[in-house]
Amino acid sequence: MASIDTPSTPKDSTTVPLITRLHGWVISVDHKRIGIMYLLMSFLFLILGGVQGLFIRMQLWGPNGTVVDADTYNQLFTMHGTTMIFFVLMPMLGGFANFVVPLMIGARDVAFPRLNAMGFWLSFFGGCVLYYSHLGAEGLYGAASAPDIGWFAYAPLTSPAFSRGNATDYWILGTTLTGVGAISLAVNMVATIFTMRAPGMRLTKMPLYVLLFLVDAILILLVFPPFAAAQFMLLLDRFLGAHFFDPQVGGSALLWQHLFWFFGHPEVYILALPAFAVISEVIPVFSRKVIFGYLSMAAATIAIGFISCGVWAHHMFTVGLSDTLDTFFAGATMLVAIPTGIKIFNWVATMYGGRLRLQTPMLYALGFLTLFLFGGLTGIMLASPPFDWQASDSAFLVGHFHYTLVGGILFAFLAGFYYWYPKMFGRMMSERLGIIQFAFTYIGFNALFIPMHIVGMLGMPRRIYTYTDPSWTIWNQISTIGAFMMAIGLLLFLYNFFSSLRHGKIAGDDPWDAWTLEWNTTSPPPCYNFKEIPTVRSRRPLWDLKHPDDPDWKHE
Amino acid sequence: MIGTANTWGIIGKSSMLRLVLARFFAIGSFLIGIFAIGLFAIGWSFATPLHAADSDPVETLESLETDRNMRVFEPESPNSTTIAEVTYLLIGIQAVIFLLVGIPLCIILCRYRHRKADDGIEPPQVYGSNPIEVAWTVGPAITVFVIFLVTTRSIYEIRAAPAPPEAVHVRVVGHQWWWEYEYLEKNESGYTSLFTTANEMRVPLSEEGTPRPVYLDLESADVMHSFWVPQLAGKTDLIPGRVNHMWFQPEHAGWYTGQCAEYCGTQHAHMWLRVKAENKEDFDKWVANERKDAVTDPTVAAGRTLFLTNACVNCHTIKGTPARGQVGPDLTHLMTRKTLASGIIPNTKKYLLQWLRDPDSIKPGCNMPQMKLTDDDYNKILDYLLTLK
Repeated sequence: MASIDTPSTPKDSTTVPLITRLHGWVISVDHKRIGIMYLLMSFLFLILGGVQGLFIRMQLWGPNGTVVDADTYNQLFTMHGTTMIFFVLMPMLGGFANFVVPLMIGARDVAFPRLNAMGFWLSFFGGCVLYYSHLGAEGLYGAASAPDIGWFAYAPLTSPAFSRGNATDYWILGTTLTGVGAISLAVNMVATIFTMRAPGMRLTKMPLYVLLFLVDAILILLVFPPFAAAQFMLLLDRFLGAHFFDPQVGGSALLWQHLFWFFGHPEVYILALPAFAVISEVIPVFSRKVIFGYLSMAAATIAIGFISCGVWAHHMFTVGLSDTLDTFFAGATMLVAIPTGIKIFNWVATMYGGRLRLQTPMLYALGFLTLFLFGGLTGIMLASPPFDWQASDSAFLVGHFHYTLVGGILFAFLAGFYYWYPKMFGRMMSERLGIIQFAFTYIGFNALFIPMHIVGMLGMPRRIYTYTDPSWTIWNQISTIGAFMMAIGLLLFLYNFFSSLRHGKIAGDDPWDAWTLEWNTTSPPPCYNFKEIPTVRSRRPLWDLKHPDDPDWKHE
Repeated sequence: MIGTANTWGIIGKSSMLRLVLARFFAIGSFLIGIFAIGLFAIGWSFATPLHAADSDPVETLESLETDRNMRVFEPESPNSTTIAEVTYLLIGIQAVIFLLVGIPLCIILCRYRHRKADDGIEPPQVYGSNPIEVAWTVGPAITVFVIFLVTTRSIYEIRAAPAPPEAVHVRVVGHQWWWEYEYLEKNESGYTSLFTTANEMRVPLSEEGTPRPVYLDLESADVMHSFWVPQLAGKTDLIPGRVNHMWFQPEHAGWYTGQCAEYCGTQHAHMWLRVKAENKEDFDKWVANERKDAVTDPTVAAGRTLFLTNACVNCHTIKGTPARGQVGPDLTHLMTRKTLASGIIPNTKKYLLQWLRDPDSIKPGCNMPQMKLTDDDYNKILDYLLTLK
């Protein structure tokens, strides 16, 4: 019978009935299985969110599009945004945190395995609740059958007067549930990283990956509870006649924006730090060099964590805050550029003088560098309120944040998939498919989002279901073509992922010749991860083993 | 258990496709990035420079839909010009930074590729360098500081501009999905209302020595909206329970176009803005007319009676009649407006009739109900409305 002692890959999988194997996964509290389930969940919702995105792009192909109607379009962009943030990128974060961090610190599991399983299932059921709105949200006659309030749900559009039916309530409950899942994930990460590191791995000897996930988990603990509070306030408004966000009886519509963005902006960094973490592993390994400036990288991470909690009102430059507040939040936002700049420079410096292996993980890491740099630079532009008054809520802004969230974060996670896949399943993903997929994804991505910057400067607002301006057409058409190219790329990725489970080359324990502890066990690792808990003396324990003549600890 | 020193071979280094493609895309990726910046430049040069059109352009649906100009880089007002200048500076700085990182990265990608001769040899390990790391902390800090100073100066330059005596004051109220404009007169006790109109704003041009900027008080009757006419000013939100402020000062006569920029529900896409800048005499003539009560033409008395005895009066105001509704647009001088339904159809007999008979066919989901009258009644009401000049 399956139990928590079942190894990750049953040797005689042919003899065990499928139902038993599935049951083994459902009841599993093994961090590796939960991590993989997080990743599979993200694939499911990536397909849903991606199809929604394609419909949006088809509708905007030309003036007066008729693919969908106004209400459907509004539901599409609401579901697309909510799905991609909460049910694609967050589970990817959860997957990489769960699978890699315990292995990398030489632990046998996370600190609270049952809480871990609960967190995953809450996140997953949160997604189910959100999508159940298609079936269960009819409510009053004429009400939408899915949320159509935008992913940041500005009050008072969410009040019962303007959002009839129950779609908004499914949105509130779905995102809150997944938020509780994220909090349990973060509790686990903090406890695991603080208490379960291998002997010798002091806080300053952790790989950057682990440090970044630690800061990330602390950020989750800081901002997800206020988010849950805001969601419950909204529920009270909708069902119990509270008036937090209802201006007609003394509530404040702006209060929602402050509460939401106090979560919403750090959320961007919550998603970005894991991306930085993956890149901080991939670039050194494929450059064959130690990370340049570990301490400044660590300091920059912590600085980003701090600063990100004080910049939320840069989403609100157009709501008429005072000059002083606008100036403060502009300054604080621009400050983020300094630690982020340090990171990018250090990654480039790591590559300088290396022996660059341009294998798939490295390709995606390079894609990340270029795209994230571009998104970061337009981010500094948007941090300047005068420019933001023009660009905010325009297609330019949509282009900008997709460069950070997709070009930056999704590309980094793709690098992570190619990098840790052999550890997860014991087989390699196809390099050949990976490169073709990279071409489609990279070119498609740029074709999709560069034109949005231009059409935004030509005055196209976001979230409009139709337009008439002929000068916007060509850019929208390039975008749509890019969207389909990117969709092909991501489908190739999914195909590569699943077909390599059976057909990939056997990987061996350490296919990339890497330096952190997870490569010091079998691929896939046994349930207990390590037969013997390793002792470490430096940030690259395997480098020390492979180069006993010149170990790292002499230099750190 | 440790991996062998170099297991790079198992990935299949013999694959010619991999080698060629990997190099092509890794190096090409940067070219795409630079190409992106090029596209920016091309995108703007594509935009043929044109001022707001001098004529009244909205005779047909097609001209109304296509004759729009929402280009951020063709500013027509001092504040939008300031914003455009700041933006050029920002783009310049960001482009330089992009190249400062991108070109070295390209060189590194070419120069430090793994070669066959490198198999089994690790490069020298460099753990960091304090002077270099300090340099690329201080460098960005200085850049950011410069951007911050420029930003701060332009925030105050735009926001703190005081209203001169000849300024025009308009209270803008956002509705789902149309705009209400209440023109105000400034006096000792504050502001008094002159008249109310909808969807088309008219403003006077400034003259040498007599600036006549337009100052807006922005409010909302329902959900959040945002007032955005890109050629005239950046956007400012209209938030229920709050009064926001913005101003602009058009430099040329003509129509300026914009639209609501904050998602506000079903018909957010069809909440267009039109601002007509005209010389002072024309503007004064228009104001004088708008302040009058509606004309009472005895030839359309039947239509007038139908209007006043149906539910029309619950939502619409016609000054000089008992119709005092506050929900929909003021119709007192309906026929002085060029467009209907928040700027999306021409205000001609044909479209007005279609709007009366079936508003949903023009603006699905809008709040104007279908009145379900007879054809005869519709035509009578239409005749009445056509007299409201």
